[in-house]
Amino acid sequence: MGTVFGPDVPIFLQIADMIESAIMSGALAEGDQAPSTTEISVRYKINPATALKGITKLADDGVLYKKRGLGMFVAGGARKKILEKRQSLFYEKYIQPLMLEAKKLELSYEQLCEMLRRGYKP
Amino acid sequence: MSQIEVRNLTKKYGAVTALNDVSMTIGENRIYGLLGRNGAGKSTLLNLITNRIFPTSGEVLIDGEPVLENDRALGKVYCMSEQPLYSDSMTVRNVLGWTSEFYPDMDTEYALVLADRFKLNIRKRLKALSTGYSSIYKIIVALSCNAPVLLLDEPVLGLDANFRDLFYRELIARYSERPSTIVVSTHLIEEAADVIEHVFIIKDGRVILDDTTQNVLEAGCTVTGPAALVDAYTAGYKVLGSDILGGIKSAYLLGTVDASAAPAGVEVSRMKLQSLFIHLTNA
Repeated sequence: MGTVFGPDVPIFLQIADMIESAIMSGALAEGDQAPSTTEISVRYKINPATALKGITKLADDGVLYKKRGLGMFVAGGARKKILEKRQSLFYEKYIQPLMLEAKKLELSYEQLCEMLRRGYKP
Repeated sequence: MSQIEVRNLTKKYGAVTALNDVSMTIGENRIYGLLGRNGAGKSTLLNLITNRIFPTSGEVLIDGEPVLENDRALGKVYCMSEQPLYSDSMTVRNVLGWTSEFYPDMDTEYALVLADRFKLNIRKRLKALSTGYSSIYKIIVALSCNAPVLLLDEPVLGLDANFRDLFYRELIARYSERPSTIVVSTHLIEEAADVIEHVFIIKDGRVILDDTTQNVLEAGCTVTGPAALVDAYTAGYKVLGSDILGGIKSAYLLGTVDASAAPAGVEVSRMKLQSLFIHLTNA
């Protein structure tokens, strides 16, 4: 209750993001039925209109599609789509704040590279 | 499926004006939050809508009909409030029976399912119920009566965290299955914030805010950083309040600032509904 969602991003986008994460992790496979608006709104105690907005966004993005009378399903190629989107957002979302913090802490470029090397285990 | 129109409603008790020229539209099948501090006029408004008290001036229309002594219009509304509607020697089972007389669409079977979920013994008399269970039996009646309009005045009064959680889940499940117009008045704003679609804030008998929750949340922000920088950056904005700790100041303001133009060390973040409420109604 008011603890699951942060205030900085609209809740419907956070809902969409959670479902995308479930698809990325494989918890929701392509072809699987996505949770319904009611299930989402009851589970997270949010207005059903908000849940619907999140689902509609995923449908607009081609991540989910509607089977008439059955509900929403994960589209073929959804995982790849999400992967590409998240990769393109990676710089903005992670690298930029990383750089800001590194500068604040007076870390050199070489020190940063060393940390990246240390942390990167393929 | 019902809509409420409140027009220029004023209620005076002697020299005290409890409600001052309030107008609002409560649209069909949405969930509204009616927020206000103690004594702001929330209960007065709900009592006027349900014709429990009479206005000094102004009127309330339900689906276009004035509510004044109008049983047909009032039959569309169920108002749950702290004041008991029934004699306290009645049992919960009696209350369910009587409610189904007034609300013919009442789903008694569902009421019994809810009683089970909330662990309420329906053979108990109202006077034997704790504060929490007094709220619970009213919640059960409200959720199962199937009135097109539900007014819930502090529905979670005395409920423990588990039952508050259960209440919101049941409310949403019921609303999803059978949409109705719902007004929730509560002081536990954080718990209701994600459920309500539209917010009314009442202060000193007047509506000071009437907008969608999303717009309300986008209308305010918190600016945090070294006090001098924050002061310079927020100059010209409507600052509702501020906190300062160890040279770091948080200013709470109305309006949208350009976060990307914030000087280094200054952060802009969104406010939660409850903090916005506190700062709006403190002044």
